[in-house]
Amino acid sequence: MKSRDRFTTSFAQADRMLLWIYFILTLVGWFNIYSAVYDETHHSIFDMQVNYGRQLVWIITAYVLLAIIMLTDAKFFSTFAYIIYFATLALLVAVIFVGKEVSGSKSWIQYGAFQLQPAEFAKLSTSLALAAWLGNIKRRFEDFSTQWVAYLMVGVPAVLILAQKETGSALLFASFVLVFYREGMSGLILILGMVSVALFVLALLIDKYILIGLIGSALLVVGYHLRSKRKKVTLWLVATFFVSSAFVFSVDYVFENILQPHQKTRINVLLGKEVDLKGAGYNVHQSMIAIGSGGFWGKGYMKGTQTKYNYVPEQSTDFIFCTIGEEWGFVGSLIIIALYVVLIFRLMQLAERQRSVFSRIYGYCVAAIFFAHMAINIGMTIGLLPVIGIPLPFLSYGGSSLWAFTLLLFVFVKLDSHRHELV
Amino acid sequence: MPATHSFQQRKHSQRRYVISGIVVVVAAIYVLKIFIMQVVSDKYKMLSDSNVRRVVTIYPARGLIFDRKGRKLVANEEAYDLMVIPRQVKNLDTAELCRLLEIDRRTFEVRMKKAKDFSRYKASPFIEQIDKKTYGFLQEKMYKFSGFFVQNRTLRKYPYPVAAHTLGYVGEVNPTEMAVDPYYKMGDYIGKSGIEKFYEPVLRGIKGEKIVLVDVFNREKGSFENGKYDKPQKPGLDLETSLDLDLQLLGEKLLQNKRGSIVAIEPSTGEILAIVSSPSYDPNLLVGRVRGVNFNKLSQDPLKPLFNRATQATYSPGSTFKLINALVGLQTGAITRDSRFSCQGKSSVPIACSHSHYSPLELIGAIEQSCNPYFWGVFRTTLQKTSEGNIHKGYDIWRNHVMSMGFGQTFETDIPNQARGNIPSGNYYDRYFGVKGWNSLTIRSLAIGQGEILVTPLQLANQAVVIANRGFYYPPHVVRKINGVPTKYPRKQSTIDPKHFDTVIEGMYEVFQGASGTARWYRLEGIDACGKTGTVQNPHGKDHSLFIAFAPAQNPTIAIAVVVENAGFGATWAVPIASLMMEQYLTGKVTRTDLLERMTNANLL
Repeated sequence: MKSRDRFTTSFAQADRMLLWIYFILTLVGWFNIYSAVYDETHHSIFDMQVNYGRQLVWIITAYVLLAIIMLTDAKFFSTFAYIIYFATLALLVAVIFVGKEVSGSKSWIQYGAFQLQPAEFAKLSTSLALAAWLGNIKRRFEDFSTQWVAYLMVGVPAVLILAQKETGSALLFASFVLVFYREGMSGLILILGMVSVALFVLALLIDKYILIGLIGSALLVVGYHLRSKRKKVTLWLVATFFVSSAFVFSVDYVFENILQPHQKTRINVLLGKEVDLKGAGYNVHQSMIAIGSGGFWGKGYMKGTQTKYNYVPEQSTDFIFCTIGEEWGFVGSLIIIALYVVLIFRLMQLAERQRSVFSRIYGYCVAAIFFAHMAINIGMTIGLLPVIGIPLPFLSYGGSSLWAFTLLLFVFVKLDSHRHELV
Repeated sequence: MPATHSFQQRKHSQRRYVISGIVVVVAAIYVLKIFIMQVVSDKYKMLSDSNVRRVVTIYPARGLIFDRKGRKLVANEEAYDLMVIPRQVKNLDTAELCRLLEIDRRTFEVRMKKAKDFSRYKASPFIEQIDKKTYGFLQEKMYKFSGFFVQNRTLRKYPYPVAAHTLGYVGEVNPTEMAVDPYYKMGDYIGKSGIEKFYEPVLRGIKGEKIVLVDVFNREKGSFENGKYDKPQKPGLDLETSLDLDLQLLGEKLLQNKRGSIVAIEPSTGEILAIVSSPSYDPNLLVGRVRGVNFNKLSQDPLKPLFNRATQATYSPGSTFKLINALVGLQTGAITRDSRFSCQGKSSVPIACSHSHYSPLELIGAIEQSCNPYFWGVFRTTLQKTSEGNIHKGYDIWRNHVMSMGFGQTFETDIPNQARGNIPSGNYYDRYFGVKGWNSLTIRSLAIGQGEILVTPLQLANQAVVIANRGFYYPPHVVRKINGVPTKYPRKQSTIDPKHFDTVIEGMYEVFQGASGTARWYRLEGIDACGKTGTVQNPHGKDHSLFIAFAPAQNPTIAIAVVVENAGFGATWAVPIASLMMEQYLTGKVTRTDLLERMTNANLL
């Protein structure tokens, strides 16, 4: 096949809906960065001195990147999955030693004018490796060894990223739980995860002894209603009680000793235990003012006063959603959230129709990662989650993240366009 | 593809609905939360407004005050107030701000607390009246001090430090004043005394408002909705006073180092030409940040410079009041110009005479010589005539005539803090002596202007006006034009027939022109002046020296009263001062420089 034909066939097979959502989101992102950064002193929209000018370059190069992916042989990704994975791990280790420190975290590799954040690409590599591992037809997820290798594949890069003090990116690896769940991980683990988050929050909010008392009483009620299966249930309930009590008491230790001071403050502010409108609470407070003042229809494009007058810090990167909320109002926010939901649903729908397990698992990885990014980022800007600095896919300013998200998505688009072949 | 694999795929594919469910639940919670924030709650809109909108008050320039020849007595000077909105203060470099403003940390905290106590959301003055230099430094660093901004203001400035009491001063509103008139907000200025207070609504103008948008660095970013909600300011109106700056300056010079006052009035209009109270103070002392300190100093000064002697001090009128008795006597028909009363000089009873002259004198001579026994005779005869056996009724008739010439009451004009003086009522004597317990002899001191009777220098000057006008006056006032429009006052007619004034004026003419007139040493070249001296006994020290005069005798243009406390005879101090004042006003200059120098340099404190 001539490369030109290959290019056109690749695109002809590409999923239209994913393409549209991708183009819409990148363009909306650019317009909003323009609005957030716009200053009357800079007139040219191509000015390379400012974020919107640079973002345009990132977007164009991302489009080139996606074209390259569409031209790549679909088998490349499954074949080189492990190599890519280990190369990334090597980079993650290297960055700890040779990385450039940017605002407290050592996560950038610099070579001349070129800067790269390996953590952004670790998500892609991990997804590929995971798909390759679990997609091997010889393996069954139920096997103990298969499961644990899969968990390790996710855990190792997460820990390495944590070592770079990029807590947000590390936390994101938790989103693979959804993939494991889809592939057969016990639903109990999912429930346990949710329960432990709830217990963690409750342990910080109310007195530990009262909390344990409440857990005990709840278990007693459960035990009473299940008394017919007495013996087995009693054992389980007693075990649950002791484990949860131990968990509750360990929360203090984790909170005081493992979390960093600024993370503690962020959590305390979120839980309403601390009022700190000048420090940790400032960003979120201003962000909520910006979004909340948007009203139903918004203040209009380029008319957002909070974002335009720089009340919201980091407004073109992590807090880009403020510009949308303020200038486009409830309608705009709803549309953006809907776009992400449609994107995630479409990814899952396409994943399910893959004949190859590799493609399906990879598709779920992409969906889970986008979901986690969307949920954590927007949750933070509207004050539902603590401040965790991760970008909103395709909307936030930043080359590394845009490239990484583009690669992540289009590897799947490419795989999907070859779904009738075995890859 | 092995069967197990495909089975597994099918087995767990149902789980995609759980995952979809989680995605939908999270999205729904977010959309709900955003809906509440954006559509249901108003909180964020208000916070957003208070973040970026700042209401800047535009203070109109206060009206200027001129003298009668258009010379500026009160001017305006640019000043800058540093305002603070406590809620917006963040990451403040306190040390740098303190250094720029030249204040210490303690002052900073006190002022910050004051501002917070007023309001966390509204602007209040942090430091007022920053000088231009500090303002320049501050302006460059303003972006560092979020929550602070500079407000332009105007301050009063007095090119000539004169007429402090009359012009009054401007100060910051106090809580009481704010409660009375909600127009005033904390930090506003208001006329506190003098004509600044009386004409406050005219002078202040109307404040305007401008809504501007500011960014997080506290920089102005333009007007809110193209100024749709802005309110324009209306400038204050200018006042033209009737004061003659040259005359006022001369008066203040003449009274320096003396206690006393001078009031000069244009008889035909009641316009005050000069009003001097000494000791006085430089009105520039009560401007701006130094006001508080200086005000305390002035109010504790034993010489009481804040006390406006011209309108607040009351004296027995002494011999100047003999003119009034003469007028009432003539009006009631008790005497004529030819009536004579004998004088035994120092051995006269019940009131002795301090002058030596032939006896008996007729009215003109008695005025010229200021003969005490003569006016006792006038007073006694008048009360006999009006009483018809009832001293209370007779006294009231006398008193009504006296009060029709402006005594015992304040003038309803723009002159602040007037004392009423005292012309005792019949009831007062009834209470004091019993209903039938008094007669003309009991109250004989009134015949020569002593006793219970009290007048202010302003009332004395008005007496000169009434006589100069042959019977009427316009209430004395300081401002004659507001924004070019003349002020109007009602003409007051005394109860004395105009023809009787000519007789008294003849006597007053002799005071200057007569061979033995008490003011003969200070005649004015080519000008027929009329006057009457007074020497008021003072239980606390040397006698007060009084003099009233007007000139020229026909169509007078200036009437004047001079009081010099503890100065001895009226003729020694009050007469030359009045004479110099009249010369200045009528000729535009002072030729008797020796006299001027002697009067100026005299220290009677």
